Amino acid sequence: MANILVVDDSASMRQMVSVTLKDAGHIITAADNGSAALDIAKRQKFDLVLTDVNMPVMDGITLTREIRKLGQYRFTPILILTTEAGGDKKQEGKAAGATGWLVKPFNPSQLLATISKVVA
Amino acid sequence: MSVDISQFHEIFFEESIEGLDLMEKELLNLNKDDYDVETINTIFRAAHSIKGGAGSFGFNQISEFTHSVETLLDQMRNNEREINSQAISILLQAVDKLRQMVSAAEQNESFDETELVAVSEALAQLLSDTPGKSTPPEQATLSDGNVAETPTTGSTHGSGWHIVFKPNKNLLFTGNDPLLILKELKQLGDMQLKLKDDLPPFSDMEPEECYFHWEITLKGTNDESSIREVFEWVEDDCELIIKPLDEVEEKSFNEAVVADIATPETTTNQSLAHPGATTDHEVLELDSATARPVVSENKQRTPETPNTDSKAGPKDGGMSSIRVGTDKVDNLINLVGELVITQSMLGQLGSELDGEIHQAIVDRLEQLERNTRELQEGIMRIRMMPISFAFNRFPRLVHDLSQKTGKKVELQLSGEQTELDKTVMEKIGDPLVHLVRNSLDHGLETPEVRLAAGKSETGHLHLNAFHRGGSIIIKITDDGAGLNEEKILKKAIEKNLVSGNETMLPEQIHELIFLPGFSTAEQVSDISGRGVGMDVVRKNVKSLGGEIEVKSQKGSGSTFTIKLPLTLAIMDGQIIKVADQNFVIPLLSIIESIEFKDESIRSVVGKGELLSLRDEYVPLIRLTDIFSLDQTPKNPDDTSERNLIVVVGSDDYKVGLLVNELLAQQQVVIKSLETNYQKIEGFSGATILGDGTVALILDIPGMMTLFEKRMQANPPQPKIAIEA
Repeated sequence: MANILVVDDSASMRQMVSVTLKDAGHIITAADNGSAALDIAKRQKFDLVLTDVNMPVMDGITLTREIRKLGQYRFTPILILTTEAGGDKKQEGKAAGATGWLVKPFNPSQLLATISKVVA
Repeated sequence: MSVDISQFHEIFFEESIEGLDLMEKELLNLNKDDYDVETINTIFRAAHSIKGGAGSFGFNQISEFTHSVETLLDQMRNNEREINSQAISILLQAVDKLRQMVSAAEQNESFDETELVAVSEALAQLLSDTPGKSTPPEQATLSDGNVAETPTTGSTHGSGWHIVFKPNKNLLFTGNDPLLILKELKQLGDMQLKLKDDLPPFSDMEPEECYFHWEITLKGTNDESSIREVFEWVEDDCELIIKPLDEVEEKSFNEAVVADIATPETTTNQSLAHPGATTDHEVLELDSATARPVVSENKQRTPETPNTDSKAGPKDGGMSSIRVGTDKVDNLINLVGELVITQSMLGQLGSELDGEIHQAIVDRLEQLERNTRELQEGIMRIRMMPISFAFNRFPRLVHDLSQKTGKKVELQLSGEQTELDKTVMEKIGDPLVHLVRNSLDHGLETPEVRLAAGKSETGHLHLNAFHRGGSIIIKITDDGAGLNEEKILKKAIEKNLVSGNETMLPEQIHELIFLPGFSTAEQVSDISGRGVGMDVVRKNVKSLGGEIEVKSQKGSGSTFTIKLPLTLAIMDGQIIKVADQNFVIPLLSIIESIEFKDESIRSVVGKGELLSLRDEYVPLIRLTDIFSLDQTPKNPDDTSERNLIVVVGSDDYKVGLLVNELLAQQQVVIKSLETNYQKIEGFSGATILGDGTVALILDIPGMMTLFEKRMQANPPQPKIAIEA
């Protein structure tokens, strides 16, 4: 069971990810943009951060960079959810400190399989 | 464990519709010269979300179609493609198609692919015009469900693979955990591994760095790419050697590899307290996280946690809104309505108590009343939505109509944040559309006509919403030609709506457009004529308990004013008594209440009784007549029957109601007659009063119609003779 922060501006994706992970026994906190997520991450420690890339206010790449700067998140897995299969966003995400990525569209079982790579 | 994906469909549909509305709105903003850069980003994001969601939830048709839209938008936001009206127009059509697709998906229907051809081709055509230097984003996105293929499409090896995985020292800082990666790898087949360390002297050791590497034998049928996939996230943060098992002799391989990976500074076999420090550790099972290297232990108690005093709950700063089904809210409204009734019954009982003795109870009852009212207001507020939801469709509508008619129109919206009840909003949408179409079709003139009339080339249409008292007012103002009184009158005479003998004031002529069966359009036009006339608009507005009026000045334009109650569930009412029966008059429609005096009543043949009210005469309605109530006073001796006249109506028309008594003013919960009984002319509903009795709520406009019918059918004999 892990404490997971889910960040996506799309309500349906947020819902899908949250419900899937909750059903798998994780604790979920959700935010709809990077800035809100960063505020939450500063107050509370998460075992995993899942973030969309394209979001208003603060995008997922910036969020990754900012979270990685926080002392308590130096080792925390951060996965970016991206539609771009091309390397661009993945590499940008990696450079910002992301652990890995999950390419949209994905289904619940793909999500769970990916999560198992970063949380025990 | 499987998650039922269909449970997310509804939220996806809702979100997509919102996204499409947003796209449409912002696309129209792009038409303006000075649009914001963020505008195109917003449009892109909306399309992007729809595509992503559609793909995830299995709506491939939507996803595929959105892909080319997204590609186009991506080029626009990267300044690789010009934003011109042609592209915007195609994108708008695409939005329309998407809307249809989403709604088909919502209905569980399939969407006919051929419907898409025109727009798809237009999009493809646009995309095939080389935008500049760049190529569109990967076409592979859609089919790529999981991870990208690595270029090495390595062959499958029956026996298995030798893998050396040597993480860089800073691998842990990426959030990756070597053990979890190995665990993943283990699922590919029978795995054996050796743990090797490159530990520095204890004094040089950084607890947060990774000093281990692994030599792995993976048996089973796997191709190289599936192994690389496991290491995909860390390929830049480690050294990775993957070789087929049968290519290398196991022993020599081992040595070769060790040589391969030994970096100069690495000195093995430093003696350390940690058991993991010994080399050649055989790890066969990889199940427990306790096998993590020394660093992971340290990581657990990293001292730098400056801000972990997490008193704040997880919800803080999280989502600022939740989605709730309207049925739940409606149920709450119903319940709170019942609570209001119970509370008012208790209040009534309480008022009969002796204040001295029961002070405490009376106090608490007052508190209950306050709390109830606040609760009720709070719940009503949940249903309130800004009118922008209804206004949002107009930029597009006006855009399309002005193109179709060749008229230039500038639409101005104001007061979009004005809130009103969701149901009222839903029902006012169509009347508003009709009025806007009407303004564009009949009101505003073509540029030539406007210029000839000395007006600006561009017509103006203004939609304004604001609160006044307990109502919301929506004004639709255009600076067009105004209502053509001659034409209206001619038409009305033609249709036998008026005799044509009497002289009519301009206002009275304007009113004619609201009569059933009236339509001035010489031929039914594509725009406003859909067999729906202004009478239907008025009927719809009235069914919401509202009113619609028109003010028009020939040559300078018209203003339609719609007055609506904020909510349909509860209203402020004046309770009146007529012949021992209680009725409720909507407080909003009351203009004033005056004392009844015989001498202020005049009887006019054909018009019934008129009340002289200062400098005007208004019709007098005896409710006892209308509702056929027994007028006989209970106590014939009581000559001091305090008859009162309540003047109701609006700015344009007034009528006096003769009542016996004015009782309390209070909020009443409206219970539908249609649902609970049947529709009765002259009443808009019923309510339950504090004493538990039912009172009917007067529908003032409906009652006036009823009165006029009675007058025509059965002209009353003058009750009071007038002196000539």
